[in-house]
Amino acid sequence: MSKVKITINGMPLEVDASMTILEAAESAGIEIPTFCHDPELTRAGACRICVVEVAGARNLPAACTTPVSEGMVIETESERVIKARRVNLQLIWANHPQDCLTCEKTGSCKLQDYSYRYNVTGSPYKGETKVHELDDTNPFFFRDLNKCIYCGKCVRKCYEVNGAGAVEFMYRGFNTKVTTAFDVPLEESSCVMCGMCVDVCPVGALTPKQGLHNNRPWEVKKVLTTCPYCGCGCTYYLHVRNDKIVGITPNFKGPMKGHMCVKGRFGWDFVDSPDRLKTPLIKKNGEFVEATWEEALDLVAAKFKEVRAQYGADAIAGLSSARATNEENYLFQKLLRSLGTNNVDHCARL
Amino acid sequence: MTNTINEVEDAKAIFVIGSNTTENHPVIGYRIKRAVKKGAKLIVADPRRIELCNYADTFLQLKPGTNIALLNAMAHVIIKEGLADEKFIQERTENFAALKATVEKYTPEYAEKITGVPAEKIIRAARIYAKAETASILYTMGVTQHTSGTDNVLAIANLAMLTGNIGKPSSGVNPLRGQNNVQGACDMGALPNVFTGYQPVTDEKARTKFAQAWGVELSAKPGLTVTEMFSAAENKNIRAMYIMGENPYLSDPDSSHVRHCMEQLEFLVVQDLFLTETAKYADVVLPAVSWAEKEGTFVNTERRVQKVNQALTPRGKAKADWQIIAEIGKRLGFDWNYQCAEDIFKEIAALTPSYAGITYERLGVTGINWPCPSEDHPGTPILHVGKFSRGLGRFSAVEHQGPAEEPDEEYPFLLTTGRVLYHYHTGTMTRRSKGLKKVLNEELMEINPDDAKALNLQDADLVKVASRRGEVKSKIRITDRVPKGIVFMTFHFKETAANLLTSSRSCPTAKIPELKVTAVRIEKAN
Repeated sequence: MSKVKITINGMPLEVDASMTILEAAESAGIEIPTFCHDPELTRAGACRICVVEVAGARNLPAACTTPVSEGMVIETESERVIKARRVNLQLIWANHPQDCLTCEKTGSCKLQDYSYRYNVTGSPYKGETKVHELDDTNPFFFRDLNKCIYCGKCVRKCYEVNGAGAVEFMYRGFNTKVTTAFDVPLEESSCVMCGMCVDVCPVGALTPKQGLHNNRPWEVKKVLTTCPYCGCGCTYYLHVRNDKIVGITPNFKGPMKGHMCVKGRFGWDFVDSPDRLKTPLIKKNGEFVEATWEEALDLVAAKFKEVRAQYGADAIAGLSSARATNEENYLFQKLLRSLGTNNVDHCARL
Repeated sequence: MTNTINEVEDAKAIFVIGSNTTENHPVIGYRIKRAVKKGAKLIVADPRRIELCNYADTFLQLKPGTNIALLNAMAHVIIKEGLADEKFIQERTENFAALKATVEKYTPEYAEKITGVPAEKIIRAARIYAKAETASILYTMGVTQHTSGTDNVLAIANLAMLTGNIGKPSSGVNPLRGQNNVQGACDMGALPNVFTGYQPVTDEKARTKFAQAWGVELSAKPGLTVTEMFSAAENKNIRAMYIMGENPYLSDPDSSHVRHCMEQLEFLVVQDLFLTETAKYADVVLPAVSWAEKEGTFVNTERRVQKVNQALTPRGKAKADWQIIAEIGKRLGFDWNYQCAEDIFKEIAALTPSYAGITYERLGVTGINWPCPSEDHPGTPILHVGKFSRGLGRFSAVEHQGPAEEPDEEYPFLLTTGRVLYHYHTGTMTRRSKGLKKVLNEELMEINPDDAKALNLQDADLVKVASRRGEVKSKIRITDRVPKGIVFMTFHFKETAANLLTSSRSCPTAKIPELKVTAVRIEKAN
């Protein structure tokens, strides 16, 4: 890979010639704001919040689409850049609901973060504002198109990663909106409810229904774990608050690159189903009766011993679980084998 | 999988057989579609017109239970047209002559008669697969859940070896495993014939190693498989069973027989999150915790060992499965003293060569693909590079065998079963998820429009589906996803338990039941 020498914010760097300014800056730990950029999607260069100043250039190029070149001198936070970004934010503000106090996205909203960063408190641009009804028809997430900033990441994620291509831009100019073909409800479209659009929406236009009013990012603990459904092994961070799961962030740095499906993304709420077994049960006269662990475990051990003594170890069999962990499967077969039988299997064949 | 999930995206040809990937392994489905967008040619072999067919260059709509005829015919074409990788065959394989002799009679025309797939499509598929620089085969239960399951897989391996599509990136023989840790459960020796890492119980060296490490005497006699266990319970050869986190009453074939067998047991203990249909037959039910309430590791379909971390405290008095097993072990007099899941993992690594180099600390945010024999080993994303684990790759000459049960006058339809996107296995988890339940909460048996018309059925009508073993009532969805004569049901819904219908006849080698082929009769229910 050929290299080029560039300077960013006075810092001399040698970077791959194939990089964009944004990638070069990121490689040096310099953060440039973005709305429409996602490393795995086609570069859109649509939102212009990532503009930077390049010495000798007439205008401010978008860092996400402009390739580096030999000798390039770049400023990412110059006065001109900041002014441009402020105008950009003010233009968005002019047509964006200002309900940050109660918006689900507060704390993880890029519009909010950048407004704070560049001290944008309102908009001098007054005009007509969008009026879309809140779409709450699908079971998994809200669509509030009033908050959409047209970054198009949901459109590209849906087409380029999922392949469903359920949403696109419709109409022109002020009337533009992201919606399904023929504007039918999402659940009647090719959408498969994977939620990957929700995970890349930079603002509050797409927000999950789970954890509603209970998922402020600074109040949740994030725990990395692995999905309990199919064998793809997607990993994600569970958002935990007051000992309850209130949401999920995909592991974008994991092997599955943060891709998800409907079961993994939204199907975790069985954890707190009222049907959960909370205590051991022993059947007495055909009815289950609550028991202590001591009673239940003593009975199990006694029965295993009794059967083994009377009929031999091969009269005992165990079904382990493809749902359980390695450690549990290991211990399960160790238990059966230590009893003297190899009668252990699980549902691999089903 | 011999290769990794992300490699699928860069394959030049992808052959998906017996896998409805976009519904059962959605994240792998995304990669197949992306590969097609990048120019890969996709071949889909399935009895149903699944979503992937929309992306396929060639769709081979075969009759259920005819995989070998199709695969052998593709091998026939590849050999006849000189598309085989002679160098690979010579250097890395053995027994090619036997394969060549066997597939000789499997002309595309001969295979067409068995499979129902037009000969020219078989030829086209063979050419695409063989000519691609890298070609990956993905398969699941549509291949394995047959009385010919093992031979089906061998026929797939034949194709890969014939074209040198193994041991290199974006190729390989890739079974997509259906459950979060089915790979791990196998790796851990939750199988009747092997200890961890597939060390046979019949191997004295392995047995001595485990006996010494565990301080017990071990049996050299391979145990029973799941279907055999239930029959043994019926014959009173099995008297007590311990079932952890499984629901065989809904997941195993011929449920009424399974239920009858469970009733014969003197003692049944079931450990689960919920009072499942199986747990209702237990003498003792032990409450276990979900994945979010415990620590450990899962292994995904590409052999990647990944961390499970505890996010929640256990609900009620429930305990992690490992804690429960450890408590039982202590009461049986074993000298066990595990303080945490990691203690167990260390023991696994010490006894399992393919896990020897893996530690919790090394798993990080990406995990490690086994084999990982030492702590400085990076893991093995691709198997069989340069050399097969057995040395030379062995071609197997396998012949077409029809399914054990075929439609006849009395049971004229062929039922095939599987899963749908919004639910998982016996539904114990997904049917307790509000959103998923809202999308779908009942069976909608797929039936072809012509069949529906002949039976005078409308969409969402209730039908009685009967096999030689049982009957259920199900609503229907009229769709040309299924061809004439074939109906499809899931096994997610206890109200319409499809496994009351299925047969427990299974592959003699792998003992996998033929869940993909059941002869049924359908009539309108009132």
